Amino acid sequence: MDAAGIGKIYLDGEVIVRQGEVGDCMYVIQSGKAKVEEEINGQTVPLAVLAENDFFGEMAIFERQARSATVRACGEARVLTVDKKTLFRRIQQDPALAFRLLEYLCHRLRNLDREFARLKTAI
Amino acid sequence: MRNLSGQDSEVWLGRVSSAIARKIPTFFRSFPYKQDFSGRLFSPVENGADNLPLDSDSRVAVIGSGPAGSFFSHFLLCMADRLDLDVHVDIYDPRDFSAIGPTGCNMCGGIISESLVQMLAAEGISLPANVVQRGIDAYVLHTDLGNVRIDTPLHEKRIAAIHRGTGPRDIDVNQVNWFSFDRYLQDLAVARGARVVRDRVDSLAWRDGRPQIKTRAGALQNYDLVAVAVGVNSASLKIFQNLIPTYQPPVTTKTFICEYKLGEKNVAAYFGDSMHVYLLNLPRLEFAAIIPKGEYVTVCLLGEEIDAPLIKSFLESPAVRQSFPPEVSPEIPPCHCSPRINTCAAVQPFGDRFVFIGDSGVTRLFKDGIGAAYRTAKAAAEAALFHGVSCESFKRHYWPVCREIDVDNKIGKAIFAWTRLVQRQPHDIRGLLRMVAREQRAKAGNPRMSMVLWDLFTGSAPYREIVKRAMHPSFVGSLLWNVLAANLTPKRAKSL
Repeated sequence: MDAAGIGKIYLDGEVIVRQGEVGDCMYVIQSGKAKVEEEINGQTVPLAVLAENDFFGEMAIFERQARSATVRACGEARVLTVDKKTLFRRIQQDPALAFRLLEYLCHRLRNLDREFARLKTAI
Repeated sequence: MRNLSGQDSEVWLGRVSSAIARKIPTFFRSFPYKQDFSGRLFSPVENGADNLPLDSDSRVAVIGSGPAGSFFSHFLLCMADRLDLDVHVDIYDPRDFSAIGPTGCNMCGGIISESLVQMLAAEGISLPANVVQRGIDAYVLHTDLGNVRIDTPLHEKRIAAIHRGTGPRDIDVNQVNWFSFDRYLQDLAVARGARVVRDRVDSLAWRDGRPQIKTRAGALQNYDLVAVAVGVNSASLKIFQNLIPTYQPPVTTKTFICEYKLGEKNVAAYFGDSMHVYLLNLPRLEFAAIIPKGEYVTVCLLGEEIDAPLIKSFLESPAVRQSFPPEVSPEIPPCHCSPRINTCAAVQPFGDRFVFIGDSGVTRLFKDGIGAAYRTAKAAAEAALFHGVSCESFKRHYWPVCREIDVDNKIGKAIFAWTRLVQRQPHDIRGLLRMVAREQRAKAGNPRMSMVLWDLFTGSAPYREIVKRAMHPSFVGSLLWNVLAANLTPKRAKSL
């Protein structure tokens, strides 16, 4: 990756957000991949692998709670930060901006439902 | 005296007001804020009409395929899809953005502001690395007395330097390994279902209450809505004025843009990932910037009717010479242009079945023109789809966005008047440089001046917010203290 491209480069395994931290921004992957993992009872549980154009970190800014999971670069990844203040100001001016976030969250919820059903069937 | 019917009198009033508006532009440009008055006086056809909603099979023409035209097409089709409407969009533009040199260029500095980069990402439009010529993570402010670097608050590249076309005219066609920004946006609209018509619109007429377009090739097409996104450098604006007499194009001024080919190594060594901004004591020059890209740097001069002597003074000034490699001559390079930019919004950039977006309507003063194109294009698309394409709908749902930008520009003019004063005062410049340098060294606390300058140069925040922060007592107190301290210890200040 060279001077072209926007965002910040994270090396393989580098933490982008850490579980439990308070956040005032969300992230959009510009290139590369990132893995989401949650620490439960001292064990690291992999939750998902995110790719280009995927968001993360939006839960902490909408719910005003600590980060629910840790996200690390999976290989070299370029990630763009979106400020809470900038985002909310634009959503207030242009509520249609929230459509895309809603669509993305619906998509994620649908995947979670599918995963939940699969696990329940397996038990 | 001839008796005028209701519609005749409205047409007559429209013509008279247009004639007067042409003669006294600044006076009449204040009228659009008075919504009822502007609506009644300047709109001969819309009163009493319904909202003219778009529905399935509605046909929309977008004239001009720069960022405003492509954003409008993209968002209109996105939202129509969400509403299960099958709207047809034709984009008219004879230009091919994959062509090298002026034929594929839209004459612009080529900066995507920090706020726009973030909003596009939130919209799902992530600028690919082959479109971004360079990610910018700092500004270097050059003055006659020295320079200072201002880093991005998060130390992250959130400003994108792009080429609007496929590159300057002296580029080697075999070495082009990037993509034009305008072509990228056009492709987004095409991927959503828009059709690009590579033909020039020659004339417009009303047919059965709908606009009809005639192209140079002779094709005739009727539409439910025409979105005009031709900018302010196109002669085609005149054909719209004839059809919509209430529309008055924006007031413009001449700028200067040129591209120096320095090679990647020189660009990296001399300019790095920083945009270089010049506040020099040169009459009529409001703002100048050098934007590093791949192999090139783009020089932009903004101000009052930029002419050859002013360009020469700028290029030969010590602050600019020191920025360039010594072997580069201060001659104007082969790829240069003098496009016009808006300094005052258009009068009533909408009518029944017509809306003017981007530069043809309103843009931000000196900054973030692509950001203004995004905002006006999206607002117009939302107004058209959710509220209809009548003049009244655009007045209620599109004009407020334009008005907000225009009002903010008036505050921007006051800020630039202040910077003009500061540019002439060496004492103030020393104080400003000292304040920024100390803030950047401290890496903690509230970098008030750095943030004010950052937002002023990047266009990341509205001008009114910048003023609000600059009026803060702590800011004023700190600036006064730094002006005093810098001028009491001139040797130290000069070394900054």
